[in-house]
Amino acid sequence: MRIGLFVTCLVDLMRPRIGFATLKLLESAGCEVIVPETQTCCGQPAWNSGDAPGAVALAKKTIAEFEGFDYVVSPSGSCGDQIRTEYPGMFAEEPEWRDRATALASRTYELTDFLVTVLKVDSVPGDYEGTVTYHDSCSGLRSMGIKKQPRALLAKLKGVTLKEMNGCEECCGFGGTFSVKFGEVSAAIAERKCDNILASGAHAVVGGDLGCLLNIEGKLRRMGDETTQVLHVAEVLAGRV
Amino acid sequence: MEIKSMHFKANASAKLADVVLQRNLKSSKGKFVAKRAEAIKDLDDFEGTRDAAAAIRNKVIDNLDLWLERFERKALDTGAKVLWAKDGAEVCRLVVEIARKHGVTKVTKSKSMLSEEAGLNHALEAAGIQPVETDLGEYILQVDNNEPPSHIIAPAVHKSLDDVADLFHKVHGTPRKTDIPALTREAREVLRGHFLSAGMGLSGGNFLVAETGSVALVTNEGNGRMVTTIPKVHVVITGIEKVIPTLEDLSTLMRLLPRSATGQSISNYFSILTGVKKPEEHDGPEHLYFVLVDSGRADVVGGDFHEMLRCIRCGACMNHCPVYQTIGGHAYGWVYPGPMGSVLTPLYAGIENAIDLPHAATLCNQCGVVCPVKIPLPDLLRKLREKQTERGLRPLTERIGLRLWAWVAQQPRLYALGASVGARYLKWLAGDTDRIRLLPTAPEWSLGRDFPAPQGKTFRELYAARQTRTKEST
Repeated sequence: MRIGLFVTCLVDLMRPRIGFATLKLLESAGCEVIVPETQTCCGQPAWNSGDAPGAVALAKKTIAEFEGFDYVVSPSGSCGDQIRTEYPGMFAEEPEWRDRATALASRTYELTDFLVTVLKVDSVPGDYEGTVTYHDSCSGLRSMGIKKQPRALLAKLKGVTLKEMNGCEECCGFGGTFSVKFGEVSAAIAERKCDNILASGAHAVVGGDLGCLLNIEGKLRRMGDETTQVLHVAEVLAGRV
Repeated sequence: MEIKSMHFKANASAKLADVVLQRNLKSSKGKFVAKRAEAIKDLDDFEGTRDAAAAIRNKVIDNLDLWLERFERKALDTGAKVLWAKDGAEVCRLVVEIARKHGVTKVTKSKSMLSEEAGLNHALEAAGIQPVETDLGEYILQVDNNEPPSHIIAPAVHKSLDDVADLFHKVHGTPRKTDIPALTREAREVLRGHFLSAGMGLSGGNFLVAETGSVALVTNEGNGRMVTTIPKVHVVITGIEKVIPTLEDLSTLMRLLPRSATGQSISNYFSILTGVKKPEEHDGPEHLYFVLVDSGRADVVGGDFHEMLRCIRCGACMNHCPVYQTIGGHAYGWVYPGPMGSVLTPLYAGIENAIDLPHAATLCNQCGVVCPVKIPLPDLLRKLREKQTERGLRPLTERIGLRLWAWVAQQPRLYALGASVGARYLKWLAGDTDRIRLLPTAPEWSLGRDFPAPQGKTFRELYAARQTRTKEST
């Protein structure tokens, strides 16, 4: 099984270790993983900012880079959703591209969904010990149906206890460019999320999208919390990379 | 109503700094959400009911002219008069004319968001006719210097019990009290006289039923019945999109509206009003007028945003919206706040007058998943952003920045170089710490939070190095 790893621009720039954790999880499950080196961004920032031509150009680029694989896997529900849900609708007037987008969409998965739904993994290599609380990121949860998958995988780690926070399905306030266009509102929403994280008493907040995690970590630290770890689910599941 | 949506950002900032409002928002947060979640459990097939409701609304919107004509014919048969208004100014003119024709000097009002759109109270006052709001929330706002509503079904939700206690003490000249039933009784005592002395009652309409020419009203306080049955004249003001085909359709929609709005299986009062008082009847108006209002709705039919016309005004989108719940409804600057308002305001009041609103959302889609008629609100917000870009309405720096970024992202080698430089620059900003306190490239981010430091090298650099090592070792 040949997997194309869509790293995401944010992991590339900010947290390469999430990319390596994803690689480890897929490879330890027996997949052949290829990382197309020309990949950049799925185009979501352009799409969500109203720049349709820019988004379409990046979608075509991504489709061409990844359509040769059996599956495309990404450590992000947000980027995965862009490919799976948004791409097919972007080519109303280009039926050939629409077909290619639709074919790619049906083979595109968020990491935890892929591990649970397609690979049906029995175990994961991680060795994290502690209490964690899970933040459900919006696109993954409401568009891709990512809810049980990360929890099922975390349950395979003996040292991990999951303690749900209040409002785990509520938005953290990131919203991509929203976070820099309406910084004050965005940070105020993040504060409510962080209050719930802190009230859960967990050692770490875990999530599946780096954008949300950067927002949450930045807010926790500004609020004076120095101890709560903020981790991508791939890091927890993969252990040391 | 005067539009202030272009000041959204400054308004939002002020609302975040408003300690009393923030306390009120926190205490009301989640009440409607929890009640709705409980109420929808009653339905065997909630999703199927949502689909059916959306289909009913689509059926009407797809042939709106035909359904309106059918409604008009039926309504005329029942003795009502049907008037058409193209905009708010025409609403005001028609209502004032009706009032003058019947020699009316006082009008009692049940809730109508369209009268807010039209600025009707102001027009009535200017014509020497006294409007009296009788919905408790609307009454509170009217006696508080005509403050605009901040929510479509709970207009005074931004106020606390203490706020209302102070207000009633001041305007009624009564001893201050904080007992809710006592406060309600006090408002009722004031309103009772108005109910009995008004020459005309004015209501909105939740639905217009084409089959029978009726208007359906969903209320919780009973004021709707007083307004629509005691005075000799009843005027219904509602948008042209509110028509539905049959009473059967009404029952489907009513399974969803109160549950989505307030978490009630049925509202305290639900009225279906048909025609004028018949000779053998004891109450009801002698004159019934429907003022059916376009105000931008017809332009939405058949276009990119036609799905928005399905809206049944339940308020679930704003009750679940993280942005609305953080800043309240007034910051949005016009009649309709929250996600539905951020779509409707640009459509009805001009896209150029509400530049920020379509962007004032995280696109979390909490609104989309709770909408009883399945309006894809985030998609519509995104499409509005596209329209803004097409019309060159976004700031030049933003447009250039986005174009430049999208172009670079299409050049893999240039992009890789940019990312490497960017990662090192951010790492340098963080110094030996794990965070950046002030992000010079995006200062807005830093207003309320830090920016975590990057690792320093990009994934592609580290992965290329690893591939090289692997090759060397084999």
